Amino acid sequence: MENQLYLSSSPHIHSGETTEKVMRLVIYALLPAAILSVYFFGLQALGVLLICTLGCMAFEAIGCKALKQPSTLADGSAALTGILLALNLPPSIPWWIALLGAGIAILIGKQLYGGLGYNPFNPALVARVVLLISFPVQMTTWTAPAPIGSGVDAVSSATPLGEIKTAVMLTGKLPEFASGSLNNFFVGNMAGCIGEVSALALLLGGIFLIYKKVISWHIPVSFVGSVLLIGGIFWLVDPSKYPNPVLHLITGGLILGAFFMATDMVTSPITYKGMVIFGCGCGLLTVLIRLFGAYPEGVSFAILLMNACTPLIDRYTSPKIYGQVEQKA
Amino acid sequence: MELKTFVGGLHPPDSKSRSAQKPIEQCPLPELLVIPASQHIGAPAEICVAVGDQVKKGQVIATAKGFVSVPIHASTSGEVVAVEPRPHPMGRNLPAVVIKPDGLDQWDDSLQGNNPDELDVDTLKKMICQAGIVGLGGATFPAHVKLSPPEGKTIDTLILNGVECEPYLTADHRLMLEECDQIIDGINILRKVLGISRAVIGIEANKPDAIAKMTAECAPHNIEVQALKVQYPQGAEKQLIDACTGRQVPSGGLPMDCGVVVQNVGTAAAISTAIRLGRPLVERIATVTGSAVAQPKNLRIAIGTPLQHLVDQCGGLTGTPGKIIMGGPMMGQAQLSLGVPAIRGTSGLLILREEEVSAKAAGPCIRCGRCVSVCPIHLQPTTIAAYARLSMFDETETCHALDCIECGCCTYICPATLPLVQSIRFAKGAIMEKKRKS
Amino acid sequence: MLAAVLSIGGIGFIAATALGIAAKKFAVEVDPRELAILEALPGANCGACGLPGCSGYAKGVVDGSIYPTLCTPGGSETIQAIANILGIEAAAVEPKVGIVACQGDNSKAANKYRYLGLQDCNAAQKLADGPKTCPSGCLGLGSCERACPFGAIEMTAENLAVINREKCTGCGKCVSVCPRQVIKIAPAEATVHVLCNSHDKGALVRKYCQIGCIACNICAKTVPDAYVIDKFLASANYEHIENAAAAIEKCPTKCIRDFSTGYPEGSSFLPPTIPAKTKAA
Repeated sequence: MENQLYLSSSPHIHSGETTEKVMRLVIYALLPAAILSVYFFGLQALGVLLICTLGCMAFEAIGCKALKQPSTLADGSAALTGILLALNLPPSIPWWIALLGAGIAILIGKQLYGGLGYNPFNPALVARVVLLISFPVQMTTWTAPAPIGSGVDAVSSATPLGEIKTAVMLTGKLPEFASGSLNNFFVGNMAGCIGEVSALALLLGGIFLIYKKVISWHIPVSFVGSVLLIGGIFWLVDPSKYPNPVLHLITGGLILGAFFMATDMVTSPITYKGMVIFGCGCGLLTVLIRLFGAYPEGVSFAILLMNACTPLIDRYTSPKIYGQVEQKA
Repeated sequence: MELKTFVGGLHPPDSKSRSAQKPIEQCPLPELLVIPASQHIGAPAEICVAVGDQVKKGQVIATAKGFVSVPIHASTSGEVVAVEPRPHPMGRNLPAVVIKPDGLDQWDDSLQGNNPDELDVDTLKKMICQAGIVGLGGATFPAHVKLSPPEGKTIDTLILNGVECEPYLTADHRLMLEECDQIIDGINILRKVLGISRAVIGIEANKPDAIAKMTAECAPHNIEVQALKVQYPQGAEKQLIDACTGRQVPSGGLPMDCGVVVQNVGTAAAISTAIRLGRPLVERIATVTGSAVAQPKNLRIAIGTPLQHLVDQCGGLTGTPGKIIMGGPMMGQAQLSLGVPAIRGTSGLLILREEEVSAKAAGPCIRCGRCVSVCPIHLQPTTIAAYARLSMFDETETCHALDCIECGCCTYICPATLPLVQSIRFAKGAIMEKKRKS
Repeated sequence: MLAAVLSIGGIGFIAATALGIAAKKFAVEVDPRELAILEALPGANCGACGLPGCSGYAKGVVDGSIYPTLCTPGGSETIQAIANILGIEAAAVEPKVGIVACQGDNSKAANKYRYLGLQDCNAAQKLADGPKTCPSGCLGLGSCERACPFGAIEMTAENLAVINREKCTGCGKCVSVCPRQVIKIAPAEATVHVLCNSHDKGALVRKYCQIGCIACNICAKTVPDAYVIDKFLASANYEHIENAAAAIEKCPTKCIRDFSTGYPEGSSFLPPTIPAKTKAA
């Protein structure tokens, strides 16, 4: 069998873009936030990160084996899911809940649907929401950041959004900090999920991804923009009851959600128009849940709800094809 | 100058520097010429010579069958040594005339030059058809068909395609630099045939020397030169029309439906030769290039020259060849061997080394949407391909699979290395078959 | 607690009632025989009968527009059941199975080129008539495997399709998707087959395949009735299957196989432990 030329249908060259590369770049983009979270929350956070990442990879290997599919461990998607899941958990989460979350994300959120590319919902968010409903206490026990070397012990504390929700429910008024300076929140000096704490680090990662053309600007911008706009309208209506839109932006999981979770390619629309609709839908739902829902934070729910709409959005936002106008005219 | 363009597309590394500065060289005749009867879109020509016949250069060896067809001519003088199916660039054995050159390269005496100004439009059209002129950009659509719009269609613009957006290829680039006069003469003949005055030459901005030269030479002839953004597939007919005129060809229609006729610059030059000198299309310019070719060149080749002979003229092979491609890397056709002949549509011969061929297995679609954003027709390639894989061909048709121009952008960019174009092409075949049956 | 039980129970009750009413009110009249036949059919929607699915076939059988004997997957049992439902006489049908008439996997048959692209035989066939040098051999990209409604086809590690004789119902779906017509439908009781599909001359076959039929005629000479040679290809004559196995040893390229003793090399299927399906009485 001496003739070993290749033959294929055109084109014969490829950009060299691969799924692995895409996943790797997203992981790189998450590193600053991950490192900063370890700085703020200490080894606890590192532990959760490791458990989730390694757990997801292990479950991916098990899942592929059980379903007799070729192993997809090498494409990095499982590791990415693990990191995203860890960043969505509170640092004080018990290790077994984190591991359970990894199992839910990979086995239920992804493999059951057929593996990479076929899951309708973002696996990490599926796990987060399942854990949130199943373990409400552990999932909402927050610790105040205790930067490494500061000598401060970790103490439990409420998230800014949690405080707002409690205050508004009890008194009908915003807590005091909501009108003060927000600089601390911006760099991550607040209680919250591991990865939610530093808007700045996440923003850097997100901009890196847009610059590298891994994600397009449409979803993050429309998501954040609609939160600012809708949150802003409420704030203008009654600033004593509704928080400043900037507070919406930098507290909670909005930046993480907008740049890393909502942009998950598998579960978001493929057309630009669809992405904008998707982002705006996420923004609207987030604000509504934050202001009127039972939970202080609504990003995960908003994204999952919009994930469910993705096929519908794709269907109705098919771009107008070249030459279609003239035909109708 | 403002660079015009279209929406979508991408910019693969153009890899043209290997041959862009190499002047066109005359390729010597091979020992045997293999001239297939099927070298154009439409009905194959009917072979009208037999083994043992002596033929002259330019003599008809196969006659046109039907309107969308052109005759085939002997590329040199010599003896017909075989008339039989031979390996064809399409991948199978097809009827061909094998000519053993006598070394004299003698033109047929009956071929006479003419002054186009003295001929009427119908005669010109007939001569273009008789000379076997087809689109030399690679699609090989018979030129006279494009020049004969049916009643009721008015043409107001002639666009000359000098884009050469396929990476690696430089044949049109060299032609514009070296045979500018013939191109302009061809344009003038085309304008006369179409009865219009507006002609635009579209050239990609990565050929500044060609733009400068054409602009200078075209000025006295009232021919516009339009510089275009370097963006693949700028040279695809529909995208070129959009970029140059802002018009769009209706879905399922032809350029003439929006008042435009597009011809390759090489075709224009061939038309000039056919009318002025009376010489039919028996040679063309092709780029022989790629990492596995020792000395890439732009060659003027006789139609029917085996690819092996072209490689020999370019210093032979270096490294292990992995893929032999006739045409450019985006839309060209992979070949089984160097034994097939170059035909009228052979704009280039590209040989890639084995290590350059990406043999990565396709993974699952991660719905990144890159194929959607690069599609110059604004299709959703991944959706069509997914339906095609499930043999749901009615759905592929609703997704406008038939509008796909097979430019290859989606497959090029796909991180999951899915063969999207192949799936869509497969779906198109199935849809067409269904339509034929009903 | 009580309120919760009552409200959930209440909602369930109301919904159930509504569904029940809807089912009655919007019920579509169906011939009960049609339902009975649909029940008796294998339900694979394989299309062997020529209709898109089992329900279409059931409808056609009841209204008399189609023969009641066309369901090959169901075999005699199903046909008998349909006959009983319709109250007509059933004719016996011969059980059939599909045969991949090729053993030229990647280790035994040459390829013209290395194929890259869509893992589908029909797509590969469009590219210079497929990678396999033999113009009629199995391309091994699994189109038949995916088309089989019964999961009866496997692809070996060396890319050869093999049909499991116990799972195969002879529906012929694989035959219609194979671009090279490698798969034949044969009587199930015949277990000896010439596994080659190439009509090329022997000398040419030898060039590209170690296990192809070279039309040497030895099989036909050994067991005269059991084999016929047509256009350089031997095939088993299913009318005379009794002594066909005697030629297996004599075949110089080993392209004759008795499926009762084993499947082609590389297959994970085990030779049938039970005797091959026999003609129904």
